[in-house]
Amino acid sequence: MEKERHVLVIFPHPDDEAFGVSGTISTYIEMGVPVTYACLTLGEMGRNLGNPPFANRETLPMIRKKELQASADAMGLTDLRMMGLRDKTVEFEDDEKMVKLVADLIEELNPSLLISFYPGLSVHPDHDATGRAVVEAVRRMTEFDRPKLYTIAFDNKTVEQIGHPDVHHDVSGVTEKKLGAMNAHASQTVWMMEDMQKRLDAQDPDALKWLKTEHFYTYSFK
Amino acid sequence: MELVQQDQLQRLIDSFAGKDVYIHLETTNGSYAAHFQEGFFNAGAFIRNIVVNYELGKVAGDSPHRIGLKLPSGWIYAQGITHYELDEHGRLLMAGLGPDGKLAVALEISETPFTY
Repeated sequence: MEKERHVLVIFPHPDDEAFGVSGTISTYIEMGVPVTYACLTLGEMGRNLGNPPFANRETLPMIRKKELQASADAMGLTDLRMMGLRDKTVEFEDDEKMVKLVADLIEELNPSLLISFYPGLSVHPDHDATGRAVVEAVRRMTEFDRPKLYTIAFDNKTVEQIGHPDVHHDVSGVTEKKLGAMNAHASQTVWMMEDMQKRLDAQDPDALKWLKTEHFYTYSFK
Repeated sequence: MELVQQDQLQRLIDSFAGKDVYIHLETTNGSYAAHFQEGFFNAGAFIRNIVVNYELGKVAGDSPHRIGLKLPSGWIYAQGITHYELDEHGRLLMAGLGPDGKLAVALEISETPFTY
């Protein structure tokens, strides 16, 4: 991984950063690169409340806010921004407002690298809407000023449409931090993590690959 | 939230009748339903902080229950309610949680607005 001037990560939900980007974030921070994570919502509409329930519709956002902060702490991230939108409504916000939200962050932070979702191939409407706003904000910049844009795509049609990721980060030096970020989002990940820990303990090659490498598609404005 | 006790929930629903109340009503399969199950037809609906005044509310059927609210010129209805709670703000929170602990439906009634 190369040193960056500043890395700006923009995702809609607490835990979007955990699975595929927390190793990258932790590694940049260990390299002394400033990282800002702007999280658009608090995952207010999460379905996982447990049975018997540990939360309800109205208490879930506060739980997820604490989990987001705990994930940031696990990664060593100090610049966490909570942008105050509501889960599942991002695509219904005014498009220009969304582009401006991103443009304002870019103007303030002058990042050399942005990380977000690939619009149209990231499954959740909030993911696609976030990716669209990020892509449009960067597209409007002059080519010379544009930061690099790394995107996450995981729709079932991804490989068919855009092939394989071109960026591969070795994050084997921060596996504890990555697991810390995953475990911080317990309300969303506790079941998954039990299974994941078993696979890691058994040296399952796919699980180890997931833990030690992270993959991105460089977004092309050509 | 606890499992619905029908007579208790009925009393709570009665206690909000005839008042201007804020409603949250939501039904969902989750945003990933079609991703995990090819061809799944994903439908849902969501309203929040709509003010209504219902004249009659009923808890019907065995669990998962149906809740119906009769308005002067309309209806509100939720199917699949399993859990409820009167929270510290005096809001009646009802939800339908599957065996996997995932919310499928929510109906909430409050005399004060819900957050954003």
